[in-house]
Amino acid sequence: MANVKLDGVRKVYPNGVEAVEPCHVDIPDGELVVLVGPSGCGKSTLLRMVAGLEEITDGTLYIGDAVMNDVEPANRNIAMVFQNYALYPHMTVAKNMGYGLKNRGLPKAEINQKVAEAAKMLNLSEYLDRRPSQLSGGQRQRVAMGRAIVRSPELFLFDEPLSNLDAKLRNQMRIEIRALQQRLGVTAMYVTHDQVEAMTLADRIIVLNAGRIEQIGTPGEIYSRPASTFVASFMGAPPMNIFTGTSDGQQATLDGGVSLNGAGAPSQTGKIQIGIRPEDVALDANGALPFDVDIVEELGAHRLLHGRLSGQPFSVSVGKDEAAQTGPAKVALKPGAVHFFDAEAGRRL
Amino acid sequence: MADLTESRIEAQSATRPAKRIKWDQIGDHAILIAGALLMLVPVFMIFASSSWDDITLHREGLQFGFSDDMANNYNAALFEYGGFTDSVNGVTMLANSLILGIGFAIGKIIVGMMAAYAIVYFRLKFATLAFWMIFTTLLLPLEVRILPSYEVITWMNLGNTYTGLIVPLIASATATFFFRQFFMSVPEELIEAARIDGAGPVKFFIDILVPLSQTMIAAMFIIMFVFGWNQYLWPTLITTDESLFTLVRGIRQIMQAYADGSSTPEYGEAAALAIIAMTPPVLVVVFFQSWFVKGLTESDK
Repeated sequence: MANVKLDGVRKVYPNGVEAVEPCHVDIPDGELVVLVGPSGCGKSTLLRMVAGLEEITDGTLYIGDAVMNDVEPANRNIAMVFQNYALYPHMTVAKNMGYGLKNRGLPKAEINQKVAEAAKMLNLSEYLDRRPSQLSGGQRQRVAMGRAIVRSPELFLFDEPLSNLDAKLRNQMRIEIRALQQRLGVTAMYVTHDQVEAMTLADRIIVLNAGRIEQIGTPGEIYSRPASTFVASFMGAPPMNIFTGTSDGQQATLDGGVSLNGAGAPSQTGKIQIGIRPEDVALDANGALPFDVDIVEELGAHRLLHGRLSGQPFSVSVGKDEAAQTGPAKVALKPGAVHFFDAEAGRRL
Repeated sequence: MADLTESRIEAQSATRPAKRIKWDQIGDHAILIAGALLMLVPVFMIFASSSWDDITLHREGLQFGFSDDMANNYNAALFEYGGFTDSVNGVTMLANSLILGIGFAIGKIIVGMMAAYAIVYFRLKFATLAFWMIFTTLLLPLEVRILPSYEVITWMNLGNTYTGLIVPLIASATATFFFRQFFMSVPEELIEAARIDGAGPVKFFIDILVPLSQTMIAAMFIIMFVFGWNQYLWPTLITTDESLFTLVRGIRQIMQAYADGSSTPEYGEAAALAIIAMTPPVLVVVFFQSWFVKGLTESDK
């Protein structure tokens, strides 16, 4: 068990590309932090720096108050679960799980006992003599987790561990990972590009974009108070509608002429960006905003209406019981639906 | 009844287009069969001839049928001491050939694997350059460097030893190249997992890379064993002591008698020895092939 602290950790590749800008993160003991972002945003690089697989260019990494910058991965007391499982194909499940312990020089009996324990926890007991090639994807994933557990690490690192599984199994494993992490109470860092995974798993989410941390917060904070247009459109499905508009300090007006009465306005005047989540809008015959519906997307539990508001693309999510058809309609905003961001950098106002 | 069969035939020809003779396939097979015969007939002739006595063979040439001198010839080939000094028989030569073949194959595999390991996994300054330098030695086979190699071996007093026979031959660009290609296909994550599991370079090599390379090793072993077994020039040069003669040389030794005109050439014995010399490589190929195929079909990676 340990807290993790990244103090200005930064990664510059030899070719001069800055993959991760100096970042400051504090992860308290026992927390599960999800690093999320589009591919190439540096989230994996950050994780691999914590693992010791990637050198840290600048800054200091602490795991449990000890500086870990130059410590070998094996000595950081971490365990990592890889996207492709990275199981040793020629070893049985038991040997795969016990290999790290064997290298630490633990006696055989102790290794066997720990492996048996972990296998029991993961429902792998009957597969201990099999090779990875004889297991299904989900089972392989479990073996990879078993390999992490037997080491009784201070920190779990997950590098997109579920992206090779099918959707159903992914949901199931997601819950298992969460349950396991909570039961063991081990600090964990989890990398994913799937925002649903991020929202459901995380105690806190770190949203990265182009090597920079956009926002750190609980899933609730990230969703309800996105710090930038990037976070706003990346987290949440369907993504938040982003409009261009202006503010006079009292009232915000979308480009195209529609004013958002009663939604408030930022103190900053001039050009701004305005965000509205599709689910924060309701169809309402008495609504103030005219909405031209072009397409109705049927999703079962709800419907997505795509169209135009004030001449700008707009999507609205409505429940399955609400009537929806193409053509002109009126919508009303729910309270607190409108987010304001500055026009250039997209930071929250 | 006749109607019924007819209608059935009709029905068949309706569902399936009439079988046409595929001339291109017949052509392909004719070429293949001709090739196979070209390889196999001489082998069969040698085998058949190994059952005849020397006189017949001398008078009438190689034979297609079998006679009753087979036991005699093989006995002589294996157990009769011959050569200039009468110090070598077939069994000794067989042992020598095996030592050369196996030593050669294992040596090449070890050296090749280690070289490839260094090139692929370590950030050497001139790894690519080193690789290409090793690779270009493919253009310099033993025959090209045979004099300097001979000089070095005699200077080291390794003439007439197994070491002298094997060591100069085991540096292998071929094996290095194949292992390099294989190692590069090993997923990066496996190495990282091993690093986190606390496996250093040596442990990673022995615990993970070597077992993963099993099929490659088997394939290399086949190629290198046969290659080593068939070496002729180098053993001829480096061994003058007849007790170190290999089978391939032994055959020639028997035929030599004819050239010297000193006695009747022992054709039957030579044919028997040729068959004996052919057998181990065939066995190695047959044995390792089953392994090789198994490894290829079980996608372990």
